[in-house]
Parts: sequence; structure tokens; C-alpha cells
Amino acid sequence: MSSPEPRARIGLPLLATEIAVLFRRKRTWAMLLALAAVPVLVGVAIRIASGPDSGRAPSFLSQVAGNGLFVGIAALVLTIPLFLPLTVGVVAGDTIAGEAAQGTLRYLLVAPAGRARLLVVKFIGAAVFCFAAPLVVAAAGTLTGLALFPVGPVTLLSGDQVGVGEGLLRLLLLALYTGVSMLGLTAVGLFVSTLTDVPVGAMAATVVLAVTSQVLDQLPQLEAIHPFLLSDSWLGLVDLLRQPPEWSTFGGNALLQLGYVVVFGALAYGRFTTRDVLA
Amino acid sequence: MSAGLAVETDGLGKRFRGRDAVTDLALAVPAGSVFGFLGPNGSGKTTTIRMLLGLVSPTSGSARLLDAPMPDRAAAVLPRVGALVEGPGFAGYLSGAANLARLDSADPLADPRTRRRRIGEALDRVGLSAAAGKRVKAYSLGMKQRLGIANALLRPRDLLVLDEPTNGLDPQGTREVRTLVRGLADDGATVFVSSHLLAEIEQMCTHAAVMRAGRLVAQGTLDELRGPSADDRLHLSTPDPEAAIAALAGAGLEPSRAGAEVVAPLRGRAVEDLVPVLVAAGVRVRGVRMAETSLEERFVALTGEGFDVES
Repeated sequence: MSSPEPRARIGLPLLATEIAVLFRRKRTWAMLLALAAVPVLVGVAIRIASGPDSGRAPSFLSQVAGNGLFVGIAALVLTIPLFLPLTVGVVAGDTIAGEAAQGTLRYLLVAPAGRARLLVVKFIGAAVFCFAAPLVVAAAGTLTGLALFPVGPVTLLSGDQVGVGEGLLRLLLLALYTGVSMLGLTAVGLFVSTLTDVPVGAMAATVVLAVTSQVLDQLPQLEAIHPFLLSDSWLGLVDLLRQPPEWSTFGGNALLQLGYVVVFGALAYGRFTTRDVLA
Repeated sequence: MSAGLAVETDGLGKRFRGRDAVTDLALAVPAGSVFGFLGPNGSGKTTTIRMLLGLVSPTSGSARLLDAPMPDRAAAVLPRVGALVEGPGFAGYLSGAANLARLDSADPLADPRTRRRRIGEALDRVGLSAAAGKRVKAYSLGMKQRLGIANALLRPRDLLVLDEPTNGLDPQGTREVRTLVRGLADDGATVFVSSHLLAEIEQMCTHAAVMRAGRLVAQGTLDELRGPSADDRLHLSTPDPEAAIAALAGAGLEPSRAGAEVVAPLRGRAVEDLVPVLVAAGVRVRGVRMAETSLEERFVALTGEGFDVES
């Protein structure tokens, strides 16, 4: 009882187990596999059809047959509106509500994980998934492209051509951009997750918010609020396919996402540190 | 006044949506005791435990755990407290050992270098070593309950808070938990056990508190709770009941017949002094025993109902 108090650890062991557990779950692998299936399907469909280009840019689908490196780019653009937010919503919505439903929340808190520390660890864990998911899409796209199509220098939106190596680097940048794009949604999901003990409800609400944001972004009458919408710059990733890359889009999006992280992180903190844990 | 108390609450209360779950609770759990927290289902035991552990914030009053105010000092106090709260809670897709590792990593004061060994010892202590690598999904309720107890034992604790620890266990498991609790107390820990089963408390506890509808109706050592021995009774088995009644009445008691026996409240008299009186009166004594007031009678009187009844 009177032994000197050992020094407390910041929470790295907890973060390490959080990430390990996330990637040990079958559900996580199922979602990543489903995401990886998108570029495979795109590649196979185009390979089989291989009809004349419809010429409708910038879905990049038309370029796929000519250059396999575009499979990854096209798949990212295809998954950003729904599939990615769906999986991110599942992970972020599950953070706190999932623990509550499982009965582990009370034991984590009694351990004691510390409420603020647990929130931070949960956010970082979900953020890791935000980056893992687009990277999986990009990787699966690249592999599909290499297997099914010729690969060569990439023609950027600005008309410049870059080599295969630089093309792959750009694809990696697109994936990172997409990961950053999902951070705001993750914070929203974390907050929603502190409101309920029903994980499915939190997941659904988060996904609905992501879709709502995109719908609002389509209404010209609401143009005034467009720059502040969560999803406003999601498709801005294509600006990285210019020469030189349009970094201001990247910076603007990062700032917007940071804003969402701060606001919804604060809301989650306010809610979670004061609520009664009855689950 | 807090000296020597492992758990102390002062006017502790919790209101949920206009309904009082716990009212004006003044618990005093002596350090080193095995303290039974007894009450019917729904009498506020679990809410109290949640307040003690900082999961629920009280709407009135205060609580101290191991001489520190809760929940303000939770980060410093809780590593010294092992807890089982309202049944076990584990990730079904992880093994028992992996679940314990996860919860241990949430304790900022737990040493990761000794984690594997401590988990092994805790699992061994509750007899789960063989199932350590099995997914919790495949565990029986009793096994999950044991795993919950193992989690409370991951580190040497000064206080153990065990909410209904024998829930879901078979008689063998119940006996093991009882032995375990006594062993923990022998190691110097204070054990706070809640239960709605009186027999369980009577068998393992030194002290107890009784809850009824969110209020504390009694607390103290088991002997104090049993109440005055004036309620003890003499039970006499004899072929001469009339003579026995006459003799006992002559000795100042108020005997009566109860079936084949003659029963008389002792009112502080000793049984060994009464037997010679009976023999001298020519009563043939077949058997004599003394019946103490049972805790059960006392507690039913306190709570006004049986212990399995919802209040």
C-alpha cells in the first residue's frame, strides 16, 4: 500500500491494443475486402466490356483501359461518396456505443482507462482505419491495373505526363487526401457514439450525416454553407492530379476536417466525461 | 472519522429521471473486512457500486474509496480496486486472455512487462487456464463470470468490489468463489460483495449492510445484525411435555408446545442452567437445543420481504 507510486503511462499500450483489436476483428477485414473488391470489379468490368470510351470525364473510368494506373484513381473516386463513409461510419459509430453494448465500457473505465484518454485512443484507432481503407483501395486498384491493363506514363488533368513512379506517388497522395477527408466524419461518428448504447444506431446516424452533407452540397440554394460542409472537398482529391499539384485544396480540406475534429471532439468530450455509464 | 474505512459514503444519493434510486446512503466499510452488501433486486445496490467506482455521478452526497474522494481521484484510486460490476462484459471475438490483456492495458499503472505472467496467474486462480485461448463467445455464463473475477485480480488490490460474484455459477463454482473471497481477505484486501442471497453473505462475510428501496436499513458486524440474543429460544424434546411446561413456567419462562417439542424464549437465561431444573422436576429429557435468531428472520424483518422479490 505504501510502495512508491509507479509512473503512469500515457496510454500507448491501450492505443496499441485498440488498433490490434480493430484489425483482429473479422468485421474490419470484411469491410476492407469489400472496399478492395471495388477496383477489382471496375477493372474486370472494363476489361470484359472494353468498349469505346464514352468520353465522360473526370470519372477516370475512360482512361482505365489505356493505363492500369487509373484503376486505383477511379476506384477511389467511386468509393468516396458512399462506400468509404459507410465503413468509416461503422468504425466511428462503434467506438463508444460498441463498448457500451458489449459491456466492456464499464470495465475499461474502472481499469481505469480515463474517459478523455479513452476518447482520444478511440479517435486515433478510427483514424488509422480512415487511412487504411483508401490505401487498401489504391493498392487493390494498382494490383488490378497491373494484372489487366498496360501500364505507362500517366497523363495528368493539366495535360502534363508523369512517369509510372511519380504516378504511383500521386495515387498514394490521393489515398492520404481521402484519409484526411474522413477524419471529420470520424469525429462526428465518435460524438454520435457517445450519445447512445446502441452501436448500430450510431453507425447509421453517422452514415446518414455523411450522405446528408453531400446532398446539401448539391443544392445551389445553399451555396453559402457549402464551404463548411463535411464533404465539400471530398472530391477535391483530383486537384492532386495537376502539375504542380494544387496543394491549396489539400490544405483547405485539412483545415476543414480539423475544424470538424475540434468541434465534434469537444462535443464528444463534453458529453462523455459527464454522462452516467449505465451500460 | 474516515480512519480505517475502505469505503465511506456520506449522504450519497442518486436520482434517475425524478425517481430516487439511492437515498442518503451512509456506508462505512472497515478496511480488511469482508463486507456483504445485501438487498433485494432493484434496491439500489448496483447504482451504489457504480457511484463508488465513478461510473455514475451522485446527485447528492459524497463517496470516498481507500481514503480518497471519488470520482475526483479515480485515476489514482481505481488501479488499487478490482471490480466486477453487474455481470461480466467481454469482447466475444477475443480470447479470454486477450480480453484481460486489453483491460490491463487500459490501466495506466499496470506494467506491460509483467502482463502475461499476471494474466496467467489470474486465470489460474479462477480455474480458467485451460480456456485462456478460447474465444469468450464460446464461454458459458459461469466461465464468463470467472473471467470477470480474474480481471478484478489482475493486480494485487487493496479493495475488491464484487457485484453478485456467484451469479451464474454452479454450486461447485459458488464454493470456489467463497474460498477465493476468504483468501483475498486473508491477503489483507477489503472485499465488498453484493448479493441478493442471504446465505451467501452469511457464509463469507464479517460485516454486512442491508438495502431496501434505495435506503440503508442496517449495517454492522454479522453478530450486531443478528440482534440481541434475548430472542434466542430453547427447543426441548421430551415424552413429558406437560411436566416440562410446568417446570419451565416455574423457572420464569413462557413455554409453549410446538409440534413434538416444547419451545420457550430464553430471555437471556442459559440453557445449561435450565436443564438441571427440568431433570429435578422429573422431566425426561430426550434432546435440548438452542435456536439463535437467524439472520434470515432478522433481514426479512428489516426488508419486509423475501430476498428474491422485486421491490
